Amino acid sequence: MEVPVLKQGPFLIATVQAALTDEDLVHLRKAMIERVVTSRSLGVIIDVTAMDIMDSFASRTLCEIAQMIHLRGADTIIVGIQPEVAFAMVQLGITLEGVVTALDLEEGLSYLKEKFDSDA
Amino acid sequence: MTKRETVWRETLVRDAAPDGTAVLLRELIAHLRQNQSQLREEWARRITEARLLTAMSNDELFAEATAVYDQYVEALETGTLEALQAYARSLSERIIPRGVETHEVVGIVLLLRDVLARSLFEKYQADFTKLDRILDAYEPAANRIANTVAVGFVQERERVIRQQQEAIRELSTPVLQVRERLLILPIIGVIDPQRARQLTEQLLRGIRTNRAKVVVIDITGVAAMDATVANHLVQTVEASRLLGATVIVTGLSPEIAQTLVTIGVDLGKMNTVGDLQGGIEQAERLLGYKVVPLDAGS
Repeated sequence: MEVPVLKQGPFLIATVQAALTDEDLVHLRKAMIERVVTSRSLGVIIDVTAMDIMDSFASRTLCEIAQMIHLRGADTIIVGIQPEVAFAMVQLGITLEGVVTALDLEEGLSYLKEKFDSDA
Repeated sequence: MTKRETVWRETLVRDAAPDGTAVLLRELIAHLRQNQSQLREEWARRITEARLLTAMSNDELFAEATAVYDQYVEALETGTLEALQAYARSLSERIIPRGVETHEVVGIVLLLRDVLARSLFEKYQADFTKLDRILDAYEPAANRIANTVAVGFVQERERVIRQQQEAIRELSTPVLQVRERLLILPIIGVIDPQRARQLTEQLLRGIRTNRAKVVVIDITGVAAMDATVANHLVQTVEASRLLGATVIVTGLSPEIAQTLVTIGVDLGKMNTVGDLQGGIEQAERLLGYKVVPLDAGS
């Protein structure tokens, strides 16, 4: 299942709609790091509200996406991790080290806007 | 005689008994009904004498004694314990909140058994064989009844205790909003793994419903902390971060600080402030609040 990526002003928003297979994740990674520069985006939001499970591969891929996007000159924020998912993740020792997280899409947007304003 | 034959003979004897027992029980019940007021009074007197059920007034005690007595005789008569069981449960419901203890309930049931046995002894003392048979019929039934009442009471008590535990657990982990997007979670008492888990779940739910950005966890009221609990705390902090909230931990006592460093729990990633006031002040700074006295300008 492909993840739709929308452009919203200077930001890219990827909304995960359902559980993702490993293949989907690799595909998402490739799509994001390509589009972040072609669309001249400053920030990327990955919305995982619909993901009710986050395994080690998914979380590692999300971390990688964040690092790669950083190398491509933009910021990443992951939003919408569900409380139950967060609890399960920390129990498995998955903490998305070094990745910025926020409650939901609105929070993520305001974080990036603030950062963008203060940079400008 | 083979073992099997013995068993068979015993079964036969037991099966033959009910007729005789039934007749004796009927006689017994007639006796208990005839002398009921006298026996009830005797029972109530013995209860007062033994200082049981002191939580109840004499009138109440007598009313309950009457009801229990009637149920008791009825249970003897019908041989079914349902009515008595139901009564024992409702009685327990009424007396548990008044602090009646298990030994009192068991005590009064055994007293009734004693009072009745004595009265039977008095009545049949001239005829020992009959007394023997009457007691044979009476005692198993009386034991079953005593058992039912005591078990009913204990079960009811356990139910109350379970309910209270539930309530305490709910109460013990309040997640409070002190400002827009700022939650505090005061933890008091002992944290066991189960409570730690519940605490984390409640906090995460609170973060989502209140859209919190900063959470202050105050552990001033926690006396001791071991590695397991400390790791739970670290997990709580990390899970909150995944939801986009910053956690500030306040009120680590000197003892806890010493233990944590000695056992080598890594709390380096944790944001700690000395006391709750400092924690709230820092949270306000993070959220961009500035608290000033009203007359600061004048």
